[in-house]
Amino acid sequence: MLSYLFKRFLMMFPIMLGITLITFAVIHLAPGEPVDKMADLNPKISPQAKQKMREMYNLDKPLEVQYWLWLKRFARLDFGSSFSSDNRPVLGKILERLPITLFINVVSLLIIFLLSIPLGVMSATRQHSLFDKFSTLFVFVGFSTPGFWLSLLLMILFGVQLGWLPISGIRSIYFEELSAWGKFLDYSRHLVLPVLISSLTSLAFLSRITRQNMLEVIRQDYITTARAKGCDEHTVVFHHALRNALLPIVTIIGLSVPSLIGGSVIFETVFSIPGMGMLFYESVMSRDYPLVMGILIIGAGLTLIGNLLSDVGYALADPRIRYE
Amino acid sequence: MSNAPSASFGTVVLRRMARNPFALAGGAVVALLFLVALLAKYVAPFDPSVVNTDVMLQPPGLKHWLGTDELGRDVLSRMIFGAQISLMVGFVSIGIATVVGVVVGAISGYYGGRIDDVLMRFVDIMLTFPVFFLILAVIAVLEPNIINVMIVIGLTGWMGVARLVRAEFLSIKQRDFVVAVRSLGQSDGVIIFRHILPNAMAPVLVSATLGVAGAILTESALSFLGIGVQPPTPSWGSILTEGKNYIEFAWWLSVFPGLAILFTVLGYNLLGEAMRDALDARIN
Repeated sequence: MLSYLFKRFLMMFPIMLGITLITFAVIHLAPGEPVDKMADLNPKISPQAKQKMREMYNLDKPLEVQYWLWLKRFARLDFGSSFSSDNRPVLGKILERLPITLFINVVSLLIIFLLSIPLGVMSATRQHSLFDKFSTLFVFVGFSTPGFWLSLLLMILFGVQLGWLPISGIRSIYFEELSAWGKFLDYSRHLVLPVLISSLTSLAFLSRITRQNMLEVIRQDYITTARAKGCDEHTVVFHHALRNALLPIVTIIGLSVPSLIGGSVIFETVFSIPGMGMLFYESVMSRDYPLVMGILIIGAGLTLIGNLLSDVGYALADPRIRYE
Repeated sequence: MSNAPSASFGTVVLRRMARNPFALAGGAVVALLFLVALLAKYVAPFDPSVVNTDVMLQPPGLKHWLGTDELGRDVLSRMIFGAQISLMVGFVSIGIATVVGVVVGAISGYYGGRIDDVLMRFVDIMLTFPVFFLILAVIAVLEPNIINVMIVIGLTGWMGVARLVRAEFLSIKQRDFVVAVRSLGQSDGVIIFRHILPNAMAPVLVSATLGVAGAILTESALSFLGIGVQPPTPSWGSILTEGKNYIEFAWWLSVFPGLAILFTVLGYNLLGEAMRDALDARIN
């Protein structure tokens, strides 16, 4: 197991290198130089100042040298500083926005996991039943619904018409005056809709996959054997079938991390949640390239960690992987 | 496969799909969308870009079936022209993704070895990026217009196809007929494109159909964020964005374009899944 972990860990380095290369290439697709955009936005920047900035960002050097210098700084976790007026280090800006995004995504993952598996299992064990048909319909509508549109509708329904939930931000203005319990409630009320929206697509997708896996597993010989030796249906489903059907799901949860993180742009902008998704949107709109690059890399890094965790989970669950 | 005159594999698949109500529903939606988009000029009751301040923000009624927007433009007509954008984005971007994916997957699976290693590591790296972030970043750097949106959605969406095609190639290249063609001295190009690829296309077709659904969703999200199709071109996502400012008293501006996206995406998803089931029955 340890040697598997070690090998799996080492594999992350070449991938990380590739991520930096693509990120660097994406930013240098831009016609002209990044400083041009800065100068466009601020006519006060003189040609001298522009030259100084060019030197600061090493834009006067050949591309491969630029990449190398950037990579060296990146290895020290120095992502440079933001083009915006505050001029703060990129890493600090990202780190203060990251926790809320991570929190929403982790809660969403938990909900996805807790709901999709029972849903999929129930659908599969009652194949062709009314419940199965109904949940299939829910699943298809679920992953066909544009998240931003549903966010808007729910916001109007629960926030404006019914007045049950707040419509933006993560805390009320009177947050500081609340008791600890009150703070928790206030926080939760703000996050209900964002969490719901961010889980919906993956929830639908994962229950579909669980159903398919269960249907496949239930037809295997060892399930027939379990039934033949007199196991009751409950043991067959939960002890023999589900454990095997769950294996691929562990991997798929890992794979859904990038789409969850990508989706945070949508729900954070709709609900004005000051997380990494909104920061990314702002940096894209203002062409704050150091920040765009930083968030791209952090986003990919989070995916790498998600994949690592799901691979480890898989190895723990499946001895065949561990001893390969 | 026998040469029985009964029915080709394609006919069998089509027949299976015709018995599946989900496939029929999905097919109907997609067909309707095609018709509407192609005949937009003739079926749209009004010119989608004509501003008429006399009829601003009118609710759905007899004259304007789906109401009018803040400039008095007919929502139904704008949505009908918006269907063209959806259709184009869906097909062009998935066309790009499919071509790139097929070429990468075919080379990887056919040649194997070092080339395969390098290409598959590249696929791994691309899959690590949150795709929506990557798309936003590229669009930020380039100009946000429909051409760039289609290219970027295509170039960030080919990895799944590449993996599929590679897996098909790995198994098909071992088969006797490929060995036979190779021993006849055919070139690699002929073997790859004439002999193996046609046998590997079924899963690609399924993934492309589902991919169109995803591309339409992505485009509408980009337009919603204001970085996709630029006004005055009517796209469902951009109609929604303009409408969201009036959502409290002009719900029709937000509800109808959203429903159009939902049903279109649903149509492609149902069609794709039904196609997968119908093809799958070959094995079972």
